[in-house]
Amino acid sequence: MLEIIQTYWLYFLVGQYPNGPLGGLVLTVLLASCALVLALPLGIAFGLARLSPWRWLRWPVTALVYVVRGIPLLMVVFWAYFFLPSVTGVKTDQFSTMLIALVVFDAAYLAEIVRAGVQGLPRGQAEAARALGLDYTRTMRLVLLPQALRSMLPSLVNQFVSTIKETSLGYIIGLAEVSFITTQINTQVFTRPAEVYGILGLTYFLMCFGLSRAAFWLERRLARRTVPSTTARAAKEVSA
Amino acid sequence: MIEMQDVNKWYGSYHALVNIRETVAAGEVVVVCGPSGSGKSTLIRTLNRLEPIQGGRILVDGQDIHAAGTDVNAFRSRIGFVFQQFNLFPHLTVLGNCTLAPMQLRGLTRAQAEERAMALLDRVGLAGKAHAWPSELSGGQQQRVAIARALAMQPPLMLFDEPTSALDPEMVGEVLLVMRDLAEDGMTMVCVTHEMGFAREVADRIFFMDQGRVLERAVPDDFFNRPQHPRTRQFLADIRSPFARES
Repeated sequence: MLEIIQTYWLYFLVGQYPNGPLGGLVLTVLLASCALVLALPLGIAFGLARLSPWRWLRWPVTALVYVVRGIPLLMVVFWAYFFLPSVTGVKTDQFSTMLIALVVFDAAYLAEIVRAGVQGLPRGQAEAARALGLDYTRTMRLVLLPQALRSMLPSLVNQFVSTIKETSLGYIIGLAEVSFITTQINTQVFTRPAEVYGILGLTYFLMCFGLSRAAFWLERRLARRTVPSTTARAAKEVSA
Repeated sequence: MIEMQDVNKWYGSYHALVNIRETVAAGEVVVVCGPSGSGKSTLIRTLNRLEPIQGGRILVDGQDIHAAGTDVNAFRSRIGFVFQQFNLFPHLTVLGNCTLAPMQLRGLTRAQAEERAMALLDRVGLAGKAHAWPSELSGGQQQRVAIARALAMQPPLMLFDEPTSALDPEMVGEVLLVMRDLAEDGMTMVCVTHEMGFAREVADRIFFMDQGRVLERAVPDDFFNRPQHPRTRQFLADIRSPFARES
């Protein structure tokens, strides 16, 4: 096992770079990070559109969410790879294709998380904001969304962890991310697939586990500042 | 200041408000009481359009607030509303709760808004809690902050929807004292409350509601000592001696 790592660690990490295109784990992390950074704002926008009082905004996004939820990510990848270029006339590379597919797919799921987060707040929050004279946009931006994002944090992280794992589908369209590279290594080593794929599995696990732990830490930090749970409030009232 | 002209409201086929025809003068303190489900909360929530109405008109300072073209946010910012469940914003500090709307809607700088908020928090006895989070406060303290938050918009009219009903008994007094202080300052107030002591002492007039109708409107002395409507007499008898009906 050590010998495999010694021989192939650089290839595993960056692919053929600098002699060829960037690949490997670095490409996977880059793809996942770009997908997260782009999908979150788009997901919030979609989520707000789903909650919007205006039908012309709500209906198209609702349709998109239902379509995306009803098909596997692989279909979205194929669609972006084969169909999109024939419509736009622009041949996108594998990285952009995978990025588009991930962003659209995750934004649709994030939209549902955002919607549930906002709808899960007590009705009195929106009423109190509106009663002060704040309009719909300010109520959402200053009162509802900041609270909802906090309570949504575990679900968001869940989705982000999925995104990291979903990058492995880039393999299908020949994107040289870490799963693709690992398969190549396995072809070269040939006799020890358990160890080669064991290392790949461990790599994914460490990334996802690290993200989960970081999120848990952030959650606890936020919880210390504000205690929205009713049990904590009840306890306070009893002791006060 | 408030003029309700034949206000009618339905929830589906349920007639929640029936031909309400009342006025509240500037500087007046009106307490609305009545049994549960009588329409008290619905009535007060129509006064800042948290609930729509299906018939009639409500004029506040001469403005028809349920008319289609009315700028709902503009008139709401001139009406303070205090909820039964306080509804403080848990992600903002006490001070943040009191400065949000003035900074957003009145164009105050943070310094101006905080100065105004601190004066109001001092008035409700909570200046020391300005940097606390709502979750760190007792119910009574939260409700006093909610009153300060509403007052920070300097509204000429305050509406209270059962402000003490969610409180433990020992915290009711501190909130009622703040409300009395406001009333003595000349604030126009409409309060839905079950606190008959407050009604007797602070109210200029009392409305008694049952089944969506205002059955009686009277000064406290007449209301408690010479109630006209039989339903009012029954209500007063019930709250005075809850066990009387048993025998």
